[in-house]
Amino acid sequence: MMLALAQMMRRELSLANRRRADLANPLFFFLIVVSLFPIGVTPDLEKLSEMAPGVLWVAALLASLLSLDLLFRHDYEDGSLEQMLLSSVPPQLLVLCKILSHWLVTGLPLTLLSPLLSVMLALPGSALPLLMLTLALGTLTLSLLGSIGAALTVGLRKGGLLLTILIMPLFVPVIIFGTSAIQAFVNGMPWVAQLSLLGAIAAGAFVVSPWLTVAALDVTVGD
Amino acid sequence: MWQMFVRWFHKWSSPKWFYEMSRPWSFWLGWAAVLLIATALVWGLAFSPVERVQGNSYRIIFLHVPAAFLAQAIYMTIAIAGAVGLVWRIKLAFYAAKQCVPIGTSMALLALITGAIWGKPTWGAWWVWDARLTSMLILLLLYLGLWALQNAMERQESGDRAAAILALVGVVNIPIIKFSVNWWNTLHQPATLKISSAAPMHVSMLIPLLMSILGFYLAFGAWMLIRTRLEILDREKKAKWAQEEIKRLEAN
Amino acid sequence: MAFSTVGEFFAMGNHGLYVWTAYAVGAAVILFNVMSPRRLKKKLILDQKRRERREQV
Repeated sequence: MMLALAQMMRRELSLANRRRADLANPLFFFLIVVSLFPIGVTPDLEKLSEMAPGVLWVAALLASLLSLDLLFRHDYEDGSLEQMLLSSVPPQLLVLCKILSHWLVTGLPLTLLSPLLSVMLALPGSALPLLMLTLALGTLTLSLLGSIGAALTVGLRKGGLLLTILIMPLFVPVIIFGTSAIQAFVNGMPWVAQLSLLGAIAAGAFVVSPWLTVAALDVTVGD
Repeated sequence: MWQMFVRWFHKWSSPKWFYEMSRPWSFWLGWAAVLLIATALVWGLAFSPVERVQGNSYRIIFLHVPAAFLAQAIYMTIAIAGAVGLVWRIKLAFYAAKQCVPIGTSMALLALITGAIWGKPTWGAWWVWDARLTSMLILLLLYLGLWALQNAMERQESGDRAAAILALVGVVNIPIIKFSVNWWNTLHQPATLKISSAAPMHVSMLIPLLMSILGFYLAFGAWMLIRTRLEILDREKKAKWAQEEIKRLEAN
Repeated sequence: MAFSTVGEFFAMGNHGLYVWTAYAVGAAVILFNVMSPRRLKKKLILDQKRRERREQV
């Protein structure tokens, strides 16, 4: 079974490697949205640094959400998703593999790109490690929760927009704890509580979401 | 005892049986609701004393609080009905859950709008990012998501089950959302005036408020029954009894 | 009675606009919930008629 999972992971990553343009799009999106804020609001660095955690977080989440639509789509269209659900390996584990590889190819690159963009928004450099840590946890949670939404909308032609509507409200707590951890750190206040709540939500989503995703796929793949 | 319960449960979960047995209920629930709400609103508008701090604007409470309670209770109802439908494969639960969505959305909207109107004289702004208003806004977004998902699916059965899964995810999230919004709110706005927690309520304000809340719950019961009955007819329209019932409705 | 005249009742101590707008919205929401089942009913009846016509043809 471990072999099957390793194969699944390798398959996912090599498929992602073959569609490099799809991989780059969320990163471009992230870059564009973040650079629109100084243009649209103010170039004043002091104000920007105040907004920076929120802007970086929201932009990174939207970028990651955009790519979530494709999580199951290709496999759904060529029928391999149905095979996956019927295979001898528990489908929850296969789904978890897909989610983790989605995070590896979108959430992780977004996190790695964030220090560059945080400089443009004048976020204090000392907050960088915490920014990256919270973004890594946040995008992972988004991949986990979002997979439920992606599974619910996989059969629909215009699933992408619907997916955003379904998932974003559920994501409010993560945004709140993520941004407030960074803000607290910048203002010299305690920030560990927010970070551990963020970790707790990620852990909860890790346990629950593969089951719910498979339940949702059972509904939509048969549709 | 348990077997009796199971038999009772199965009987009531049959759409046709439910349709026939629920006929008088909506009538009585509806009229009790009209009576309660009318009494509560007249009492609250004309007879309750003026509130010392907020003046007469507090009278919005007799609509705002029942709507807010109901918006949350209806989401719970949808999630529970969805779970019942998913676990025991009971179609009737899905029908009820589907018809609850527009009622719940309208209540969340009412709570938000009355909250905003109440906010203007109280806080001096139409919209304040107060913890309760923000939570209600997110609840409204959750309702809109349910509605959008139900309508996006081509097969109604898939829409039912998909919406049930989404409602379950949402209902687990609601306490977390509330907790996080409260946290965020105390962080950013320590000095907002808390409505209704300033002073213990006068009895002549509390009684009409409780009556109004009860009345809204009963009205929800009546509306849900009426809508669920129509949904049953719509889904069972291939059955002879449903077609005859529709013809009977037309004759009335 | 918290008000001595009808005029005072409608003025609501300078908060009349807020209170009555809120109650108008409340009335609209209640009206929506009362009326929308009727629209559902009409649609059911129309569907049934259409079905019957199709069966006759």
